[in-house]
Amino acid sequence: MISKAPAQRVWKRKPMITNPKLRWGLIGGVVVYLIIAFYTMEVDWGRVAAGMPRAERFLGSFFPPDFTSRWEDIYVGIVESLWMTVVSTVVGIAISIPVGLGAARNLSSRPVYLFCRGVLAVSRTFPEIILALFAVKLFGFGPFAGIVALSIATIGFYGKLLAEDIEDMDPVQAEAIKSTGAGWFQWLNYAVQPQVMPRMIGLGMYRFDINFRESAVVGIVGGGGIGATLLTSFDRYEFDTSAAILLVIITIVMFVEYSSGFIRKWVQ
Amino acid sequence: MLRIENLTKRYKTGDTALKSVNLEVPKGQVLALIGPSGAGKSTLIRCVNRLVEPTEGRILLGDKELTTLGSGQLRKARRSMAMIFQEYALVERLSVMENVLSGRLGYVSFWRSFTRRFPQSDVTEAYRLLERVGLDHMADKRADELSGGQRQRVGICRALIQNPALLLVDEPTASLDPKTSRQIMRLICELCEERGLAAIINIHDVLLAQMFAKRIVGLQLGEIVYDGVPDGLTPDQLTLIYGEEDWEATIDKVKDESDEIESIEIVQ
Repeated sequence: MISKAPAQRVWKRKPMITNPKLRWGLIGGVVVYLIIAFYTMEVDWGRVAAGMPRAERFLGSFFPPDFTSRWEDIYVGIVESLWMTVVSTVVGIAISIPVGLGAARNLSSRPVYLFCRGVLAVSRTFPEIILALFAVKLFGFGPFAGIVALSIATIGFYGKLLAEDIEDMDPVQAEAIKSTGAGWFQWLNYAVQPQVMPRMIGLGMYRFDINFRESAVVGIVGGGGIGATLLTSFDRYEFDTSAAILLVIITIVMFVEYSSGFIRKWVQ
Repeated sequence: MLRIENLTKRYKTGDTALKSVNLEVPKGQVLALIGPSGAGKSTLIRCVNRLVEPTEGRILLGDKELTTLGSGQLRKARRSMAMIFQEYALVERLSVMENVLSGRLGYVSFWRSFTRRFPQSDVTEAYRLLERVGLDHMADKRADELSGGQRQRVGICRALIQNPALLLVDEPTASLDPKTSRQIMRLICELCEERGLAAIINIHDVLLAQMFAKRIVGLQLGEIVYDGVPDGLTPDQLTLIYGEEDWEATIDKVKDESDEIESIEIVQ
C-alpha cells in the first residue's frame, strides 16, 4: 500500500501589519502623497539653468582663498570662537550632569525625573540659531549671547545622552556597590561613573566639535565669534576671504575629530 | 544571629515571590538555599540587605531590626552583610584593587574614596585578602581582564573586606565551570570557617550544595519545603522541591565524589 505523500507546509514571513486592507491602504496612501507632493513642487527650469553659470562664477570667486588681507579679523574671530566653544562646552556639560542624573529613570524619583526630562525637552526644542536670536535680544550683540545659546543647547544634548547612558548601565554592578553600604555619591563615583565615563568623554569631544561649528552660525545672528567675520566678508563680496575662513573652520573641525577619536580609544 | 520572621514579598506586578518565610541562621553556619528558578531564592537574600524592599515581616540581624531602618542606618547595617554575586558584579572598568577597596565604602568618607586615598589598614587588608586568594599580583589589572574564576575571587575579597558577620551569596558558581565552581565553593566555606561567618548561599546545583553546606533549605514557590541536613535530601524531598524527576543519579553521585573532593587543591 502506498501512503499519500504529506502535503508540503509552506512558510512565509509574517507581515509587519497583519490586516491586509490596512497594509495596502497605507502603502497606497504613501505613494499617492508622494506623487502629489512632487507635482506640487514648482521647478522653474529656466531659473535653474540661469543659476548654473552664476554658481560657477560664485564658486570661482572663492578661489584662490585669501588668508592674508583680512588675517587680523580671521585670527580674532577664530580665537573668539574657540574660547566661546570651550566656555560653552564646559558650562553646558557642568550643568547637564545634575540634570542628566535627575533625568535617568533608574536614579531619581518620579517628580525629579519628570522635571529634568522637561528641562531637557525644552532646551532641545530650539535649534542653536533660535536660542542665539533670543540671547542676542536679551543680552545684546557679542560673544556672551553666543555662549548662552551654545550652553543651553549643550545641556539638552549632553543631558539627554547622559541620562540614557545611565539608564543602560549594568544594574548588577550598581547593586554590588550599593550592597557594600556605600553612600549615594560614593555609589555614583564607583558604580555609575566608571560605566558611563568613556562614552561621555567621547560625547563631550563631539559636543565641542558641534559647538565650534555652531559658533560660526550664532555669529551670523550677532552672537560673536568667527560667524560675524564670515558674515562681514560675505557682505563685502570678499568671497576669497570667506573661503579662507571656511577652510580654517574645516581644518579645526577635522583636527578636533581626529583627536577625539584618539582620546576615545585611549579612555576605553 | 539572623532571624527572618513571616517575610513576604509581593512585586508590583502582583507576583508573590515569598510567602511568610521563617528562617533562623545561627552564627557561623553555612546554609545552602536550593530550589528551582523563580522559587524566590534571590528575592530572599536581597530582602535581607534590602536591595529588594520586603512587603511584610521582620528581619533581625543580631538584635537590630533591618526592615525599619532609615537610609543612613541601612547603609551602616549593610556593612555587616556582604554580598557575592552570580555574574561576579565587579565594576569592570575599575582595577582589581579599586574593586576590593570598594568593599570599604561604607566605612570611609566620600572624599577619601573619591581621591582613592583609603586608610593604610584597608590597603594592607586588601593585599592580604588578594594574597589569600592568589591574586595579589593582579591588583592593578582592570577587572574585565580577569577570567571568571579570578573575578569571583575578587568578588569574595570585596565581600570579606567589609568585615561582615553574614555573607549573602547569590548563585556564586552559575557562570563557572565545574572545577572552578568547586574551588570557589570550597574557598567560600573555608573563609566562613576561618572567620566564623554565617552564610546563605543560593545555589542551583544540588550536588555542590550537599557537598559543602551543613544545612540545606529548599524553597519552592516562595515557601520553605525542606530544612535539614544534606543527607536528608531523599528523592521524595527533591521531588517536593523541584518536581517529578529521577533523582537517584543525583544522590548516588554525591556519595561517590565526596571523598575524592578532599584531594583537589586550589589551583591559581
